[in-house]
Amino acid sequence: MSDIVVAVLLLFSAGLVLTAAIGLTRLPDFFQRLHAPALAATLGTWCVALASIVHFSVRGGAWSLHVWLIAILLSITAPVTAMVLARAALFRRRQAGDPLPPPLGHGSTPDATDTPAEADER
Amino acid sequence: MSPFLSTAITITLSLHALAMALGVLRLLRGPAAQDRVLALDFLFTVAMLTMLVLAIRYDSSMYFEPALLMALCGFVSSLAAAKFLLRGEVIE
Repeated sequence: MSDIVVAVLLLFSAGLVLTAAIGLTRLPDFFQRLHAPALAATLGTWCVALASIVHFSVRGGAWSLHVWLIAILLSITAPVTAMVLARAALFRRRQAGDPLPPPLGHGSTPDATDTPAEADER
Repeated sequence: MSPFLSTAITITLSLHALAMALGVLRLLRGPAAQDRVLALDFLFTVAMLTMLVLAIRYDSSMYFEPALLMALCGFVSSLAAAKFLLRGEVIE
């Protein structure tokens, strides 16, 4: 019974990791590619950690929860890496003069936010 | 270990290998340096997940510490590389 749970969790996480890899390879822009590995780093890791906990808890007859450490560590560190990489990419593109992604506006229409006064605020 | 679980582990490991191959493709092809850093970070994550799957495969708890170290080293190295791209030096 526990083997089935572990197998389903492992297959689900493998599908997530493969989706992340396809996204990393196929998406056209860096800022879109930045989103793809988060699939593997969050839900994929949580599923593998849960599978490992179920497997070793059933095998050993006692709770073995230490694999949560890895999942928690990755949930803390993955956003930091993504944030610093995004800032580095923005900086490098600005240096090279490449086109930047459009800034986030306050309203829903892009025309309303492109007044010079608000551009100065940004 | 039931044959269902061992089949699932085989499929999982081969899908991880495929994902790492795609990550290496992005690492080699990536147009900018930040793409390569992102691909390396992804490769670290997938290698760490492979470690955890191997722990279930060989029914051994010895794989936990390498996986934890791999997650830590992946974070620190990606952060250092991104900081280098941002400033031109790692420690100011």
